[in-house]
Amino acid sequence: MGETEFAVIGGGLVGMAVAFGLQRAGRRVTVFDEGDVAFRASRGNFGLVWVQGKGVKMPDYARWSRLSAALWPEFAAELQEETGLDVELRQPGGFDICLTDEELATAQARLEDLRARLDGDYPFEVLGHDSLKKRLPAIGPKIAGAIHGPEDGHANPLYLLRALTSAFTRRGGRIVNGATVREIAALSSGFRIGAAPGWRAEKVVLCAGLGNARLAPMAGLAAPVKPNRGQVLICERTETFLSYPTAQIRQTGEGSVQIGDSKEYVGLDDGTTPQVMAAMAKRAIRIFPLLESLRVVRAWGALRVMSPDGHPIYAQSRTHPGATLVTCHSGVTLAAGHALRLAPWIAGGPPPVPYLETFGAERFAFSPAA
Amino acid sequence: MPNASLFRRLPDPKRRTVAITFEDRTVQAREGDSVAAAMLAAGMVTARRTPVGGAHRGPYCMMGVCFDCLVEIDGTPNRQACMVEVREGMRVRPMTGAPGLGKAPAHD
Amino acid sequence: MTENVPLIVIGAGPAGLCAAAEATSAGVQTLLLDEQSAPGGQIYRAMGHTGQQGRAILGADYTRGESLMQVLESGLLDYRPGAGVWQVTPEREVYFTIAGKARTLRAERLVLATGAMERPMPFPGWTLPGVMGAGAAQVLLKSSGLVPDGGVVLAGSGPLLFLVAGQILNAGGRIAALVETTPRGNLARALPYLPAMARKPSYLTKGLALLAQIRRAKVPHYRGAHGLTACGRDRVEALGFTLGVRAHELPCQVLLLHQGVTPNLQITRALGLAHDWQPLARSWRPRLDAWGCSEIEGIAVAGDGGGILGAQASAHQGRLAGLQAAFQLGKLSQAERDAKAGPIRRALAVERAARPFLDRLFRPAEEFLNPPDETLVCRCEEVTAGQIRGYVALGCLGPNQTKAFGRPGMGPCQGRLCGSTVSEIIARARGVDMQEVGAYRIRPPIKPVTLAEMAAMDET
Repeated sequence: MGETEFAVIGGGLVGMAVAFGLQRAGRRVTVFDEGDVAFRASRGNFGLVWVQGKGVKMPDYARWSRLSAALWPEFAAELQEETGLDVELRQPGGFDICLTDEELATAQARLEDLRARLDGDYPFEVLGHDSLKKRLPAIGPKIAGAIHGPEDGHANPLYLLRALTSAFTRRGGRIVNGATVREIAALSSGFRIGAAPGWRAEKVVLCAGLGNARLAPMAGLAAPVKPNRGQVLICERTETFLSYPTAQIRQTGEGSVQIGDSKEYVGLDDGTTPQVMAAMAKRAIRIFPLLESLRVVRAWGALRVMSPDGHPIYAQSRTHPGATLVTCHSGVTLAAGHALRLAPWIAGGPPPVPYLETFGAERFAFSPAA
Repeated sequence: MPNASLFRRLPDPKRRTVAITFEDRTVQAREGDSVAAAMLAAGMVTARRTPVGGAHRGPYCMMGVCFDCLVEIDGTPNRQACMVEVREGMRVRPMTGAPGLGKAPAHD
Repeated sequence: MTENVPLIVIGAGPAGLCAAAEATSAGVQTLLLDEQSAPGGQIYRAMGHTGQQGRAILGADYTRGESLMQVLESGLLDYRPGAGVWQVTPEREVYFTIAGKARTLRAERLVLATGAMERPMPFPGWTLPGVMGAGAAQVLLKSSGLVPDGGVVLAGSGPLLFLVAGQILNAGGRIAALVETTPRGNLARALPYLPAMARKPSYLTKGLALLAQIRRAKVPHYRGAHGLTACGRDRVEALGFTLGVRAHELPCQVLLLHQGVTPNLQITRALGLAHDWQPLARSWRPRLDAWGCSEIEGIAVAGDGGGILGAQASAHQGRLAGLQAAFQLGKLSQAERDAKAGPIRRALAVERAARPFLDRLFRPAEEFLNPPDETLVCRCEEVTAGQIRGYVALGCLGPNQTKAFGRPGMGPCQGRLCGSTVSEIIARARGVDMQEVGAYRIRPPIKPVTLAEMAAMDET
């Protein structure tokens, strides 16, 4: 059928960021994407460009998240210049709101530990109820406080996907839609994508989210990822009441309020459940009581792509040269890093950071979860 | 702009007259009217300005489907005018853009 | 603990009332939830308090609804109006709000009788205030005795357009013009199916009588209009259209649109039931068996919500669903059920016989299924037909992808007004059929509900 230099499997935020980065680096790229009703973490994404709390157990992940967050402004500007689309990036700093003193103390201890492991280079601020109230006046009376991360922000994940798609195709990238790739085969040179005759690609990048678990072994890689369901409530547009993103609630560019901090391991079920929705609504009202009479217009369930330790996996196949695996559950935060730093490495350049090996899949060989 | 000749009322002696206010104007409605019907009877076709583009909108489906007749009723924003019956003294205001917060929910 | 109810029926139109009537007369304790404040559904709206004069205006078919109301007197029926159902789970839990208070009940058997809505008729300017559904005008007439009076133009296609025109004239209202958009070729395509209509001659005689009435009233009647545009700054001021090659513009203050009705599918979609595209009816319908039972155990659909067949067929389907529920709950033997069902099925077959002719005769014109670029398709998020086509060019294969790219279907109406149009546009842009394009995935809550109401679910 077709021929391409790079086949990127998966057209979600991870795949499109990598594909855009490769095309930008002068490569010829074809993205293979599924149809209208695929499990798409990208579509249920909460939209945080988030640093705080990432990498508590793996400081290199904290470094990588911070690098990507720092690259985001130039990334967003480039997308806007190329497509005219504003992805609504705002990085005013963000809050992880803690309902109880115990939650606050735990969060503080985790970040202090991380800061020590990063030789003190890790900015955050612990706010008690009164200081938080000064920054977020709408906060409820029973909230213990929050951690403030000065590098945190948010963006519109749906516009980001559209901008990446648009920028990629404008640069000559190709997208094959409605193509669920079930098979990858190594040829004497390169790969066959899909069942025979399939497409021929010199190199392949697996960005298929949960689909990577099945595809990776076909290219001599391992992707021990599992679905983790997150539910999100979306409320009607309202006046601006929240100028900062929080880990629990954010107000989008158009004024809608998103609520979402549920985490469940439920297999391939991206539905919503009344019990979780009720608990989320209750928590949201405790955090911001004035939301009580706001109407929920939609609820979403989406599946996060979780590795055993929750951190990304970036790996190049030893047995199948030219095959790369990219998977993570922070497709928005890491989009800038994936497009501007990781893609040039996949294209054949040097590792973008000295610690890239940390993200190899070998780490799971020694973990009981593997 | 109100235009009183859009609709004519058939007489129905069994139903009482109910006075509501729309913005600052008193409107004579009839018991059993939805708020949207009362507005249209008074010649008002516009219920709101949209939060997206500021466009004028009014009742379209009259059966709770389209959400274009959203108004503020007794302080509660974004209520469907076609789904709420009038009550004596009810205060109705057009929605202008997105609703504010912190208003007490009131239901009939 | 969630309280159990043997049977919950959602919707108090002809299907819901009849399902409740059959079930309660077999001894099934039944809860009837309805969003409206009075029973009858859209067709028999305000039946309870329409005077003699009203009945003369609305016609004999409307009066037929009276007998359906008798079930409300039954001691076994718990009827709750003003109930906004906002979530139904496959486990048959029903979440609803009455007067701001949220509740949950679990049904052993569930009949969804959510009826139909007018098929949206998108064209440039259709969002202006003063532009309404013809069915909306009928609601105003039935519920509030309001008659359009001067400056009213009716436009579109379908039986209800003529029925509403007749009712307005009966009530002494004035109609400035009737602008028919039925494509000229439809009649020739429908004629071969006319003989089957002989089983239901009343539809034909009624239709012809309405046409004669409109002619007698000297209402200007334009046929084969296309290129519709509603004009006006802040409200509708005129309807522009083309006849042949000649452009017309009719001033109007109220413009009533109609192009058929389509099932209300929010609950069946949110349940994840399989739906099939009906190319003739230009609608989706859930996959059901001969009793109206869906593929989810204990959940049935009756009436127009399962495919448009009209009020009388809906009543028959409601009866069948009620009988089946009574049988499944052990209140009727199989023989009793089947004996009662026989005559109902025969009557239902007569109603079905009319559809092949009617669906072909009133197939909407292409320009309202696949409207021009500048038309606002999603009224809530203000997304145009041209933007949808742009997203298809970017690679979107279906409506859930266009939703992610440009927000159509994400507003408070949750895609009710744009769903089928968006899919029709995508199907044509891609050159594939509707079944392949699919429909919006509908998520709860199917009606906006406040956070406080949702939070209260924890406690019931």
